[in-house]
Amino acid sequence: MFWNLPYIAVVLLSVIGLATILLKRNLIKIFLGVSILTSAVNLFIIALGYREGGIAPIYTYAVSENMVMATPQALTLTSIVIGVATIALMLSFAVIIYKTYGTVNVDEIKELKE
Amino acid sequence: MIPGYITTNAPALLIAVPLLGAFLSPLIGKISRDARALWVLAVMTLTALIGYFVAFLVYTEGTLLYVFGATNATLAVPPDSGGIPIRIIFTLDAMSALMVTIAVTVGFAVILYSLTSDARRSGLEAYYTIFLLMIGAILGMVSTGDLFNFFVFLEISSLASAGLVAYKVEKGRAVEAGLKYLLVSTIGGIFFLFAIGILYGQYNALNMAMLADMIQWTPLDKLALVLVVAALAAKCGAVPMHFWTPDAYSMAPSAVTAMLVVASQASLYGLFRICFTLYGITLNYVTIGWVIIILGILSMIIGVTMAIPQKDIKRLMAYHAVSQTGYMLLGVGVGLAVLGDQALLNSYGMTAMEGGIFHIFNHAMYKGLLFLTAGAIIYQVGTSDLNRMGGLGHRMKWTMIFFIIGALAIAGIPPFNGFASKFLIYESVFAFSPLLSIIAMVVSILTLASFVKVFHSVFMGPPLPGNEQVREAPRTMLIGMTILAAIVIISGIFPEFFVQNLITPAAHALTDQAGYISAVLGGA
Repeated sequence: MFWNLPYIAVVLLSVIGLATILLKRNLIKIFLGVSILTSAVNLFIIALGYREGGIAPIYTYAVSENMVMATPQALTLTSIVIGVATIALMLSFAVIIYKTYGTVNVDEIKELKE
Repeated sequence: MIPGYITTNAPALLIAVPLLGAFLSPLIGKISRDARALWVLAVMTLTALIGYFVAFLVYTEGTLLYVFGATNATLAVPPDSGGIPIRIIFTLDAMSALMVTIAVTVGFAVILYSLTSDARRSGLEAYYTIFLLMIGAILGMVSTGDLFNFFVFLEISSLASAGLVAYKVEKGRAVEAGLKYLLVSTIGGIFFLFAIGILYGQYNALNMAMLADMIQWTPLDKLALVLVVAALAAKCGAVPMHFWTPDAYSMAPSAVTAMLVVASQASLYGLFRICFTLYGITLNYVTIGWVIIILGILSMIIGVTMAIPQKDIKRLMAYHAVSQTGYMLLGVGVGLAVLGDQALLNSYGMTAMEGGIFHIFNHAMYKGLLFLTAGAIIYQVGTSDLNRMGGLGHRMKWTMIFFIIGALAIAGIPPFNGFASKFLIYESVFAFSPLLSIIAMVVSILTLASFVKVFHSVFMGPPLPGNEQVREAPRTMLIGMTILAAIVIISGIFPEFFVQNLITPAAHALTDQAGYISAVLGGA
């Protein structure tokens, strides 16, 4: 049970993130939902990479059998960077939308609907 | 003739050239606008040459491997790695080579077109950087053999495409469309990453061949497949995740729209690659095949019925793009549904897949052409409203001819290429289920009806007030369209040549899971 805590957190975070994206009408809150969802995935991959008794592969003299392959950490770092870029682009879109429409409420931004 | 080190490193150069060229273009742009235009064109030409060269190598010598950072570029599994391919490996088989060919051909035509069509805009230093970045990302998506690497290129292409869709920031609507596209792609990307995590947690591998070798079809694998199919179907614009397509396609500059079509197809490639190569016959192919067929049928019907009442020329074409994506899903879905049954696969499954894959190729060409003609019309008339065009046939003769070629091709009229691929799909799908084939034909007729309407309201009749001074599109734009139109005609007149040399190897590469695995992991 205790070892499953990270995965429970992943499920909770994903549900919170998805619910925020689907239910909120404010663009900034939707972006927060996207950010939470990204964090859930990052936590998921990091939790997968944990090995009890493993040694970080930065010590030269450690027993090589106990070293942990750093792939999940590398994936997470990449994913964090991509997440930052995405959120930055989304927020800059929100700035322009606010300047044009005077609102960030998705119900009032509907020039493209027909 | 070509030095050995270029031959060996060609798959890496395919990505390196557009990426480096992209980030150098703002610096070159400091010199002058013409220098930047020349630079962008040179980078794209070089990328196209490398792309054709790589495709040629794949078609003549079989699957091409490139291992990044290894002492030997084709050594996928080093002896000290314990049998696991740990590095990023590009794996180009015939299907990837076909997609590379499509991407560089459309990319070259579109860049040539865009040098004139977008020259009047501001912010061009960023525009070409993002454009080349997008082309590099598409090439990366179709050539990588690593799931996480695919995700990275998927995200680069999403970010670049969203930036380009929102490029006309002075109109809030373009930003709205870009945001919609970015949100859909980002959430899709997160799902995809979840799926990667699930697969990595079970099999400790990210390489597609390694995963394909070990995959079990456990409940977790099923979950991963659902996430991947949802993410990539949303990215390729299939119903019911199609709502971003008309907005993004209609708001982007026309050159970008033509490239967005290819970006969507790269996602489609990812979907097929994962269904066929990663899961292969371990997945419940009848069910998944039918899911893809139903997605395809829904896209075809909803796409075309939504297209008919549209008044904006690019929005109308965007709905047709949704509808045509349905044909590709239908063709390849039928192939997937009979994947485990060798007799049925030989009798019509392979033909259906060839039809679907040929349609990917054809669609990229004629849809790119149609969007470029729409762009030329908007460039000269200054509006995308069909009701305010009219009588342009007298003034824009070449654009009209290209439009006719594209419209007849999309409606599946011989001798254009749409007919060749649609005929393969009708014929083989009829053997699978006659009803599906009839639906496909009806959709084709509706497509023709819709384009007859567009043709009539844009080109026929007397020039509307205000359109008397409209002139033909500039020459570089016409050259870009000519390239695509020539391919549409040639591949329509000689379909056997294209099918035998390009499409059949691609279809066999998709169904030959064992061949893909042994190409990476060695003998096994």
